[in-house]
Amino acid sequence: MTILLQALINGVMAGTLIAVPAIGFTAIFAVLRYPNFAIASYATIGAFAAWWANAILGLPVIPALAIAFVIAGAVGAVAEEVALSRLRGAGALAVAIASIALNLVLENVVRFCFGNDMKGYDLPLMRDWRFGELRIGPQQLQSLGLAVAIMAAMFCFLFYTRFGKATRAVADNPDLARLKGIDPARIAIVTVFLGAGLSGVGGVLIGLDTSIDPLTGYRVLLSVFAAAVLGGLGSIPGAVVGALALGIGEELALIVVPATYRTAVGFAAILIMLTFRPRGILGERAT
Amino acid sequence: MLSYMVFTLTICGVYALLALSLNLIWGGVGLVNLGLAGFFAVGAYASAIATGAGAPVLIGFGAALIVGAVVGLVVTFATLRLRDDYLAIVTLGFAEVIRLIALNERWLTKGSDGISGIRAPLKAELGLQGFSLFYLALVSLIVFLVWLLLRRLDASPYGRAMKAIREDQQLAAFAGKQVLRFKWQAFALSAAIAALAGALYAHFQSYVSPDHFQPLITIYIFLAVTAGGVGRPSGAVLGAYAVVIFLEATRFATELMPGLQPVQLAALREILVGLALILVLHLRPQGLLPERIPKAPPSPSVSS
Repeated sequence: MTILLQALINGVMAGTLIAVPAIGFTAIFAVLRYPNFAIASYATIGAFAAWWANAILGLPVIPALAIAFVIAGAVGAVAEEVALSRLRGAGALAVAIASIALNLVLENVVRFCFGNDMKGYDLPLMRDWRFGELRIGPQQLQSLGLAVAIMAAMFCFLFYTRFGKATRAVADNPDLARLKGIDPARIAIVTVFLGAGLSGVGGVLIGLDTSIDPLTGYRVLLSVFAAAVLGGLGSIPGAVVGALALGIGEELALIVVPATYRTAVGFAAILIMLTFRPRGILGERAT
Repeated sequence: MLSYMVFTLTICGVYALLALSLNLIWGGVGLVNLGLAGFFAVGAYASAIATGAGAPVLIGFGAALIVGAVVGLVVTFATLRLRDDYLAIVTLGFAEVIRLIALNERWLTKGSDGISGIRAPLKAELGLQGFSLFYLALVSLIVFLVWLLLRRLDASPYGRAMKAIREDQQLAAFAGKQVLRFKWQAFALSAAIAALAGALYAHFQSYVSPDHFQPLITIYIFLAVTAGGVGRPSGAVLGAYAVVIFLEATRFATELMPGLQPVQLAALREILVGLALILVLHLRPQGLLPERIPKAPPSPSVSS
């Protein structure tokens, strides 16, 4: 029973962290209709930007997160304009392939600047809190709180501001939105900025727990995809639900499967979901 | 120098097979396989394990073809009905899972140590130099045969139906083509060709380990097919040779850069590969050898 409860707690924590970049990925998908593989490098760039602010400049976690958001978002927006936007006419597949190439370029720019070594954030060490048999790390709890706050801010933005409503209108029906005087190009670039920024923040939150290196983003890419597909590609509440389901599923599966197969659990989850309910938990049609 | 050339040309041949595999599925029915490196690995391990258990090398190649096709169908079974994005995501995940299995199932794959001493056909009889030349000839012959087969396929009614599906699958379905059947047949054949490339690679190197099947290979092959020309087998082969030569050239070029760490040189090469792919997509998406779309034959009602 304790094992199950602990797995549940760990799953919710891991899932909440994955939900942040998953929202970024699915938001870009909802508006621009292509899977952006470059979010892996945006997560890595965010993680390194925050590391630079935290370990080199000595800033605490929250300003470092803000820096990660802005830098990853700016890199994402510029890269989208320079390398991807002109390919949109050639179809979603062409943009997706270009985003893979873009990911390779950006990941290696990070490698060129910082090398392959693992880097850790400069954080106060704290002992795990114990509740009977259960253990919870204060650091993880803080990351959890930050992730929830960031997601809440994102939801408020999308559901209560004029710009957020316009974004959802474009995602829903771009032609109708244009008819209403919404400029899709402006919505697109802001969405990419937010999506890349969220990926960057996600990279930091995941790195806070362990360490970061140029492959930090690539390693979570599959989990992000799995979360987005489980919840339904293009659905933002879906990405959150999918990430939580994935986090809990991974932790429960790891009770019986060796820990090295963590990524494979996400893959199995995608296959099962696509076989039985392709549109995901909260998604639209998938065919 | 000669042995370097022979080695490079053999690798060119292996990449050409991978490019033909991607071109069949991408240029054919318009699907992408981001797990090419995974199918490449499946073929390499299948043949290495089969011949390690005592089977002759030809049986190993056969095993690679069959296992590749079957694995391809199992993985894509659920996604071929869905939008193309799903297939891209699933195949990317597949390659990662294959790498995890190769790393962790030591009883089957010897884990990160890799399988060494894979039988090199006729190496004892021909000597080292003779073997290299023989193997280059073998790989080149197989590339030629697969190229011939796929060119033939392109010109056949089957190939035309595939391209109709690529252009507009609803229209193709409306014209009575069984879209799903074409897709799974094309994917199975494509996966089998990638697996065959893996088997050829394994018996050439005599050694395979999970490190040989990095996702980077998939990107090289995408660069090869885009640069060569999507939808044309000759383009895929030309692109593969061009990419291997480009990779070798960047190796020499980056070595001339003074004062950089090895990790920076490696990063620089990969940046060049990524930039090359982005530039090709922007500047010449049709590739060096653009696809030839034959004119429609005169309709019978006009001629009669």
